[in-house]
Amino acid sequence: MLLFFLSSGLFLGWSLGANDAANVFGTAVGSRMIRFRTAAIVCGIFVILGSVIGGSGTSATLGKLGAVSALGGAFTVALSAAVSIFMMVKMRLPVSTSQAIVGAIIGWNLFAGKTTDATLLSKIVATWVICPILAGGIAAFLYVIIRFIVNRSSLHLLRQDQLTRYGLILVGAFGAYSLGANNIANVVGVFVPSSPLHDLVLPLVGKFGAAQQLFLMGGIAIAVGVATYSRGVMETVGANVVKLSPLAALIVVLAEATVLFIFASQGLNGFLASHGLPQIPLVPISSSQAAIGALVGIGLVRGGKGIHYSLLGKISLGWVTTPVLASIITFFALFFMQNVFNQTVVMPQKEKVGIHSQIMYKSASEHITGIEGSSLSESGRVTPNPFRHLMDIKRLNEKAVHTGRFCLLNNFSVGKPG
Amino acid sequence: MPLIQNLTKLLIARIDEYLDAISEGMIVFNKGLQNYLDNQMDAFRERIALVDQYESRADKLRREIENQLYSHSLIPEMRGDVLGLLEHLDDIIDEAKETLTQFSIEVPDIPMELTEDFASLGKSSVQAGEELVSAARAFFRELSRVKDHIHKVYFYEKETDRIASSLKMKIFRRDMELSRKMHLRDVATHVAKISDEAENVADRLSIYTIKRSI
Repeated sequence: MLLFFLSSGLFLGWSLGANDAANVFGTAVGSRMIRFRTAAIVCGIFVILGSVIGGSGTSATLGKLGAVSALGGAFTVALSAAVSIFMMVKMRLPVSTSQAIVGAIIGWNLFAGKTTDATLLSKIVATWVICPILAGGIAAFLYVIIRFIVNRSSLHLLRQDQLTRYGLILVGAFGAYSLGANNIANVVGVFVPSSPLHDLVLPLVGKFGAAQQLFLMGGIAIAVGVATYSRGVMETVGANVVKLSPLAALIVVLAEATVLFIFASQGLNGFLASHGLPQIPLVPISSSQAAIGALVGIGLVRGGKGIHYSLLGKISLGWVTTPVLASIITFFALFFMQNVFNQTVVMPQKEKVGIHSQIMYKSASEHITGIEGSSLSESGRVTPNPFRHLMDIKRLNEKAVHTGRFCLLNNFSVGKPG
Repeated sequence: MPLIQNLTKLLIARIDEYLDAISEGMIVFNKGLQNYLDNQMDAFRERIALVDQYESRADKLRREIENQLYSHSLIPEMRGDVLGLLEHLDDIIDEAKETLTQFSIEVPDIPMELTEDFASLGKSSVQAGEELVSAARAFFRELSRVKDHIHKVYFYEKETDRIASSLKMKIFRRDMELSRKMHLRDVATHVAKISDEAENVADRLSIYTIKRSI
């Protein structure tokens, strides 16, 4: 059942692998610097590693934006995100999985009657805007440095070519790791709150959390997407779309990977926090937009010729249209899922209840005892009776909602409340 | 990966050998021309044979480099340019060989008063060729130096044109048969052609250099 509901997320993962791997290895494969087989193996391994090791930061952010509480809901959210991506692609508009999934979560929040954290949402949107700008800045900086070094070094063209190949593989591996760490939240992040999986303890590995198991499945889906469908995209990107020297391509991938890493790394955030510096929000971002930002950065250093500014306008339009479209589609899809297919898309709300008891009872030895006590529990949850006798359950606002006999103990008879 | 490393080493050595062959071919051409002008015909014939050897060796090396670059997908975005550069450099040594052969077949009768001019024409033309080889070396190893050498190629090409024009003027103002005048003019044009070829390759090399900078 889990796999069925997870299928929409895995499909998202597959399409992410098929499309976004080109942002990491596209130019290298398209320009024949690296064979597709090598690229697919390196990309697959590092995407899975990134997903499992570093995926929890961005997933936690999406969880804070809206914790999709039922598997059926998570399935619908991921599917709606996929449909909105498909529609945006059909309309030939630049689209990002990250933006679609955030919109879909907002759609779920609206359907479930939950309020969306506006501060967090504005942080996420600000990150989308900052991401290409930051990538552009990093790329421009790296370009100036590397150009200075290359132009002053006496490295033979062939030796430079050889080093660039090694560099493209290394940077590609870093890019794939960062892509996995940052974007796995788009793939399976919405399934984390409702996942029925349990933590495992594996020999040698140790604790393998429920969320990590989901990330592993999502990572494998991305790797399958890379292996089965990314070749054409990579060759198109490398040969037709962007004409870059391999060294410039390496800079673009490095800048893009750095930005993806910055917005996914809990380690970096921990380091910043320990030094009293402001923390970076861990948000899934668009690798394509980071790559475009990096390309523009290099273009500006080269004199700003050949930059299609209309494309940048379309991208900024996508920051608004994608989430809006995704949230509308999700809202209606959830309605159909709940009312036509009778699936639980929103779990009943849990609330804190106070349990208060005051009772007299007589034991088998005729000894009469009075017990009084209070406890807190959640509604909808089966809890052992902490008082081992009859009790009232009240909401914290003192309105009795249920009085019931939870548990009677052996050898005890129940007396009237004192 | 170790395979690519070894192959890279081998190809770097081959490209260096190729450029050496062109450069040495130029020097030998100049010596050969000097031998002809000094009427040292035995030495001249030896020089022709040597230039021929350099030319064959350059051809062989060029084919080997070409095969290796394509069969191992090395410098994929630059290999077209590199092969273009190597092929056009080959044209220069071909031109040198052809010119010496022309001397050997047609045996132009150069008046004593013009030998000095022919010698400086040959020297200047060869200097353009040699500067081009240096530019090609810089293209592979030290991109920032390419401009300096290309600038000198253009300088020597202009210088060669100037010497050739002055020589032709002297030829046609001399009291000789028209057929001899035309023959000498033709020979002078041939000698100057090396610098013209060098200029053509330098033009291409300028573009390749822009493309090579990241």
